[in-house]
Amino acid sequence: MLKLRLKEWINSFLLLELLKGMGVTGRYFLKTKITVQYPEEQAPKSPRYRGLHALRRYPNGEERCIACKLCEVVCPALAITIDSERREDGTRRTKRYDIDLFKCIYCGFCEEACPVDSIVETRVTEFHFEERGQQLMTKDKLIAIGDRYEKMIAADKAADSAYR
Amino acid sequence: MQHFAGYFVSAWGAIPAWVQYLLFTLGKILAIAVPVILSVAYLTYAERKVIGYMQSRIGPNRVGFRGLLQPFADVIKLMMKEVVFPANANRYLFFIAPVLSMMPAIAAWVVVPFFPNGSAANVNAGLLLILALTSLGIYGIIISGWASNSKYAFLGAMRSAAQMVAYEIAMGFAIVGVLMAAQTLNLGQIIQHQSGAFWHWYFIPLAPLVVVYFVSAVAETNRLPFDVAEGESEIVAGFHVEYSGMAFAVFFLAEYANMILVSALASIMFFGGWLSPFEGIPYIGAPSAGWLFLKIGILLFLMLWFRATFPRYRYDQIMRLGWKVFIPVTLVWIFVEGAFLIVHLPPWFS
Repeated sequence: MLKLRLKEWINSFLLLELLKGMGVTGRYFLKTKITVQYPEEQAPKSPRYRGLHALRRYPNGEERCIACKLCEVVCPALAITIDSERREDGTRRTKRYDIDLFKCIYCGFCEEACPVDSIVETRVTEFHFEERGQQLMTKDKLIAIGDRYEKMIAADKAADSAYR
Repeated sequence: MQHFAGYFVSAWGAIPAWVQYLLFTLGKILAIAVPVILSVAYLTYAERKVIGYMQSRIGPNRVGFRGLLQPFADVIKLMMKEVVFPANANRYLFFIAPVLSMMPAIAAWVVVPFFPNGSAANVNAGLLLILALTSLGIYGIIISGWASNSKYAFLGAMRSAAQMVAYEIAMGFAIVGVLMAAQTLNLGQIIQHQSGAFWHWYFIPLAPLVVVYFVSAVAETNRLPFDVAEGESEIVAGFHVEYSGMAFAVFFLAEYANMILVSALASIMFFGGWLSPFEGIPYIGAPSAGWLFLKIGILLFLMLWFRATFPRYRYDQIMRLGWKVFIPVTLVWIFVEGAFLIVHLPPWFS
């Protein structure tokens, strides 16, 4: 008992525990840093990443969406609103395709439900809104996003196709 | 060029002697105060970098090359901010408090010798002057807490003041040990008494006092792990909660200036100040200000290292350490040192 007390006493006076702690921080001081310098560097993203939505086209320029409304039905947040019409050439197309990004929970169900791979979630995360109303993605906006990132979307789809 | 220099010399001779003296003194003050303030700015940068590195981060690296202009960005930000005077505060005391805490931290540098005979004022009781000046810093804290007219600021001030007073006693006793060894209060002479390579310095015979002094110095400057007064994660800011903008910046500056000052004192009293650790070897054995700055830098790095490592002490533990551990340890060691002195233990006391 006395021996233990003495040992404790000597330990606390030699500051052994404190030196041990400083050893730990000292080691970390010399370690390589793993910080990702965000705007210049980016952490890698999966091809399945669920970011900003897009509507795709076929390679011949025809829009893929056939207004089947499966995405509208499956959407758990009721963020998608679709109105369909009969185009002059007799095909069934959307008149209106709105996604409210404030309602959307980015679950990716719409992408999974789509039979023609039209609605997709891209890996784009860098978007923002400055005014109320801008969060409502209309058909034109979604198709524009799809046109802009088509290469990336196609590559992501191809990379993930083996697991679908 | 020659002509211009001659013109300057004759112009200098033309002004009356007392003005010459005044200008010379002002020049000396500027030559000390400006580098001190600059090094305070870069100490804050060093702190953020060092702690960042110890937490596997990089620290500030956006403003200027590797973030080297960060301190200036911070200062400009603080200058642009409004200084809010609380409605019921005593405006005069509220304004004077940060000045009171900053002034001693810079004024004490006047007796610090940077190289042989290289202090702004060669005061015989230099150490006493520094002790008196640094004790004045407590007034800044108490007054700021009182003048804010806020119970949180007041409680913070009480905590800081109690802690600083408790540790000043242990610090004073540690300094008594140095006085006994050097038999002088003049900082330059204290260094000269340690002359020789590093085994002549006082940190070996006074090892427990070095630890006590340095830990008390950390507590005295309210640094982690003794920063219960500030305790960011629990009580916001202690005595300076009500301060904003530049008034806050001055408190911040004072804390860091005090850190540099206590490190400078420790390196002068225990680690031979401007003396080279390799005395006797040509070229690197020469005494110079560089050695003093290197020693101060190492001690400051230690302080930052403490901050990155240790969790905050509980208040009663701080008081226990100050009153029941440090004061007895220093007292015992002063007696041991007395025995050393009687037997003229070489190489320190011969």
